[in-house]
Amino acid sequence: MDGAAPMLPVRCRVASAQAEGADVATLTLEPVAGALSGGAPGQFNMLYAFGIGEAAISLSGHDEAGRPMHTIRAVGATTRALTAMEAGAELGLRGPFGTGWPVADQAGRHLLAVAGGLGLAPLRPAILAAAAQPGAVSVVHGARSPDTLLYAGELSAWAAEGTPVYLTVDHAAPGWTGRVGTVIGCLPPALAGHDPAAVSAFLCGPEVMMRATAQALSDAGVPPDRIWLSMERNMKCGIGLCGHCQYGPDFICRDGPVLRYDRIAARLTLREI
Amino acid sequence: MTLRTIRELLAEHPLFARFDGATLDELAGCARTEQFDSGALVLREGETADKVFLLRAGDVAVEMATPGQPPMIMETLHPGDLLGVSWLVAPYRHMADARALSNVRALSLDAACLREKCDAIPAVGYAFFRAWAPHVAQRMRAQRMRLLDLYGSGG
Ligand SMILES: Cc1cc2nc3c(=O)[nH]c(=O)nc-3n(C[C@H](O)[C@H](O)[C@H](O)COP(=O)(O)OP(=O)(O)OC[C@H]3O[C@@H](n4cnc5c(N)ncnc54)[C@H](O)[C@@H]3O)c2cc1C
Ligand code: FES
Repeated sequence: MDGAAPMLPVRCRVASAQAEGADVATLTLEPVAGALSGGAPGQFNMLYAFGIGEAAISLSGHDEAGRPMHTIRAVGATTRALTAMEAGAELGLRGPFGTGWPVADQAGRHLLAVAGGLGLAPLRPAILAAAAQPGAVSVVHGARSPDTLLYAGELSAWAAEGTPVYLTVDHAAPGWTGRVGTVIGCLPPALAGHDPAAVSAFLCGPEVMMRATAQALSDAGVPPDRIWLSMERNMKCGIGLCGHCQYGPDFICRDGPVLRYDRIAARLTLREI
Repeated sequence: MTLRTIRELLAEHPLFARFDGATLDELAGCARTEQFDSGALVLREGETADKVFLLRAGDVAVEMATPGQPPMIMETLHPGDLLGVSWLVAPYRHMADARALSNVRALSLDAACLREKCDAIPAVGYAFFRAWAPHVAQRMRAQRMRLLDLYGSGG
C-alpha cells in the first residue's frame, strides 16, 4: 500500500464477477486508472461500495493478469452491494493491509490448511503457493451442507492433482459420500502419516471453530507456535488508527489478521474482548 | 475366524487400547466379524440394540428418516469409531438408522453378552467406561458445535 494515502480509496472496476453459490460471489478487480499494490496471501483490502459503506475483505488470490480477487458473502448492507456487482461496476479499494500467512517459513514442514465456511477464501492463495511443492499441503474444509462447499470445482482439482483434501459438512442428504461432522473429525486422518511436531497449521473460519481446532491440533502434538489463525473484528480505518479492531494488545488490522496461536491462546478464552 | 484372531482385532481397535489381556480374553467371546456392502442398512431406528459395532474399514452414515422427505445424514462414522451406543442405554433401542457408505468391515459385540460381563466383572465395566466415555463425549461436543450453525451466515 502506498503509505502516503492509506485512507484514500483507489477507484476500481469489477473485471469479472463469479457467483459461488446463493449469497457468495468472487470479484476480480482492476484499477480504473493507475496500478494496485499486490498483496500477500492472508492480507485484506477495504472495499468501498460507494454511498453504502466499506468492508474488510481478504484477498482470495490474483488472476493470471495479477488482478486481485475477493470472495464475498452477503451478510449486511456493504457486502450485499458488493456481491450484487456485475462486470463494469465501480468501487473503491484501500489496501492491502495486515499480516499474511507465513507460507515461506514452512519449508520442510507439512502445511495443514483448515477452513470453515468462507474461511477457505483467505486460505486459497496460501494453499496455491504451498501446493507448488508436491505433497507439501493438506486441506480440510468444513461447510454447512454439500451445496455450500466453497470452490467445489477447485477442491476436486486439488485432490486430483494429489493434494489430500478432507471435506466435511454439518448435515447432508443421501448421495453425499463425504464426511458429516466438524472439521475436528478430519484432523486424525489429515495428520495420519505425519509427525505432528513437523506440521504447521493455518486456520480460518468462525472463531469458535478456530479455537476448538487449534486446541485439538495442539493436543495432537502440533506445536502452538506453528499454528496461525486469521482473526476477525469489526474494522473502520484498517491501518491501526481508530481502535475499532482492538484485540487485547493487538489491532487486528495492523498486527493481524493472521496471528500465531501461542500469542493469542489465552485471549481466545476471554469473553470480554 | 478363530477366537484368537478376533482377540487380536479387538486389541488393534483404538477404543480397546487401554484394555488388559484378561479383559480382551473375556470380550473376545462376545465378538464376531461382520461385513456390509456399500448401501446396506447396518442398524434400523427402533430395533433392539442387540449389538455394538467397532468399525475397522469403510464409512457409515447415521441417518434420521423424515416423513415424505429423503433421510438426513446426521453424522458419519469412520474406522476406529463406535456405532450403536444404545446397547448400554435402556430400553436398548437404536435411535437412528445407520447405512454403509462404502464396503464396511467391523467387529460386532453382542450386547447381552457384554452387559453380562460388565455386571459380573466390575473391572471390565469400568474399563469400558474409561475407553468409551471420551469417544461418546467427543461426538456429543461435535454435535453441540454443529448446533451453533457456525457457517449459517457470515461464516
Ligand atoms: C480481516 C478481515 C477479513 C475479512 N474477509 C472477508 C472476506 O474475504 N469475505 C467476506 O465476505 N467477509 C470478510 N470479512 C467480514 C466482513 O468484513 C464483515 O462481515 C463486514 O462487517 C461486512 O460488512 P456489511 O456492511 O456487509 O455487514 P455489517 O452491517 O457489518 O454486518 C455484518 C454482520 O454483523 C452483524 N451485525 C452488524 N451489526 C451488528 C451489531 N451491532 N451487533 C451484532 N451483530 C451485528 C450483521 O447481522 C451481519 O451478520 C472479513 C473481516 C475481516 C476483519
Ligand atoms: S480498524 Fe482502525 S485500528 Fe484497526
